[in-house]
Amino acid sequence: MSTETLLRCTGVTKRFGGLVAVDDASLDVEAGSITGLIGPNGAGKTTFFTVIAGFAEPTAGSVTFRGQDITALPAHRRAEIGIARTFQIVQPFAGLSVRENIAVGAYLRHPGREAALARAENIAQRLGLGPMLDQSAGDLTVAGRKRLEMARALATEPSLLLLDEVLAGLNPSEIRDMIPVVRAIRDSGVTILIVEHVMQAVMQLCDTVAVLAQGRMIAKGRPAEVASDPKVIEAYLGHGAAKRMQAQQGDSHA
Amino acid sequence: MKGGFLTNGYGPILIVVAALAVLPFGFSANTTLNFLGFVLIVTLAAQGWNLLAGYGGQFSFGHAAFFGMGAYAIALAQVRFGLNPWLALPLAISLGALTGTILGYLSFRARLRGSYFALVTLAFAEVFRILANASAFTGGAAGVLIPLRIEAANFQFADKRSFYWLALSFVAFVLLLTHWIARSRFGAYLVAVRENEDAARALGVDALAVKLKAITLSGGITAAAGSLYAQKFLYIDANLAFGPWISVEALLAPIIGGIGTVFGPLAGAVLLLGLGEITKTFFTWLLGGALPGIDLVVFGVLLILCVAFAPRGVIGLLRRLAPSFRGGRA
Repeated sequence: MSTETLLRCTGVTKRFGGLVAVDDASLDVEAGSITGLIGPNGAGKTTFFTVIAGFAEPTAGSVTFRGQDITALPAHRRAEIGIARTFQIVQPFAGLSVRENIAVGAYLRHPGREAALARAENIAQRLGLGPMLDQSAGDLTVAGRKRLEMARALATEPSLLLLDEVLAGLNPSEIRDMIPVVRAIRDSGVTILIVEHVMQAVMQLCDTVAVLAQGRMIAKGRPAEVASDPKVIEAYLGHGAAKRMQAQQGDSHA
Repeated sequence: MKGGFLTNGYGPILIVVAALAVLPFGFSANTTLNFLGFVLIVTLAAQGWNLLAGYGGQFSFGHAAFFGMGAYAIALAQVRFGLNPWLALPLAISLGALTGTILGYLSFRARLRGSYFALVTLAFAEVFRILANASAFTGGAAGVLIPLRIEAANFQFADKRSFYWLALSFVAFVLLLTHWIARSRFGAYLVAVRENEDAARALGVDALAVKLKAITLSGGITAAAGSLYAQKFLYIDANLAFGPWISVEALLAPIIGGIGTVFGPLAGAVLLLGLGEITKTFFTWLLGGALPGIDLVVFGVLLILCVAFAPRGVIGLLRRLAPSFRGGRA
């Protein structure tokens, strides 16, 4: 199976004054995959994500998309070439209806009003927002707003969708509902990079997982491999945790 | 399916414009026509403000900068360069639009928003006012007097109704333009920038370009109002053209009428100036003499009532009371 690298981040570093939020991090996202970016709190995931989305420029390093260097490309131009993002803290156009919200994204590829509104309706149906089309976006529940974030981003018809903690703040049943939605988006041909805290979802969804800890990329691989990597366990649970766990497992086997 | 004459929003605009067009047959007194013409000029200035602030969320406190630019441009083009006012009019509008572009470029590129943007626009208007008041080219404190030569070819009309209809045609054009914009991609992007600039950028909206386009249009429209003002009164000075009064009326009218709606500026200007005029007349009758500034008290009271009871203005109130009333909403 030959795969094409859609997005490549090389040696990305982001400094805020003396603080190094992201330190020489590299990441490849294969076309057609769901790639997860995980890490403990404060690992620099969101900063890294922001650099990829074009909302911050890296101090060093480069981001290429389909071989084109996009490190300095402004956010709105990234949307044009096929990169869409959602926001961790949802950013609905609160004064507009769900339909109008999604239409703003759809206008990117469909300049006409009728076409954009029709496209918006179509995407809303796909994401289960059909019954709320005429509702004000400000009146949606948290789960509804997360879906709206995805719907709007999808309306720009991206080839790469960047999801920033779309499952955060949802209850377990809402998470269960959301997983097939994300999978269906990938199956429709959209590559996904997902930053996520909810491990159960990462394990179920991702083909590849990259782990960021204290700004550095410490592990990459299939979800199961990464989950049993001692470096990853230590990053989450503290120094020596991996050994202690192994010792405990040894005890219970005995 | 959609797009019927009465439901696509163009119908109500044409009906309102037609009703305004026949008004001079009912009220033929010169003072009434003067007043109605003035209401239309303020409406036009307010429409310019509404496009930038109501739809785009960029609150200007200095639309006098554009209004005065239009007024001085058309007046000086005639007095200093002997240009025909009809030719000077597009020039004045372009100059207002250009002022908008420059002001917008300077402030939006510096990422000024909210009250910072408002203060910068106010500063621009004040600087223009002081310069116009000081420079010999603009006639200094004495202002500019446009020579009286009543001829339609000279943009001066013997019949007051002609001017009224001319001003109305400007207002009608901007009503249609605003409605068209509200239903276009540009309008959707403008509202998206108002609601959340970062989210808009993530969806491919070039926020800077959208805001620049809006302030350019806004400047042009308000400059057209200034040009009409100069041609109506044939005299301007720095305080009339660049004074805070027009900045305030250009923003009060849409806020009271219904911010970010097609009819808001018109409804607000009619209500604001209408009540102001009635109050002035009433107090003159009551006290046997004019009470200067009483109309400003009315403006203040209206604003307070509006903020407290009708935050979406008169149009918003009508929509709430009669849900079937759509009033040309996008």
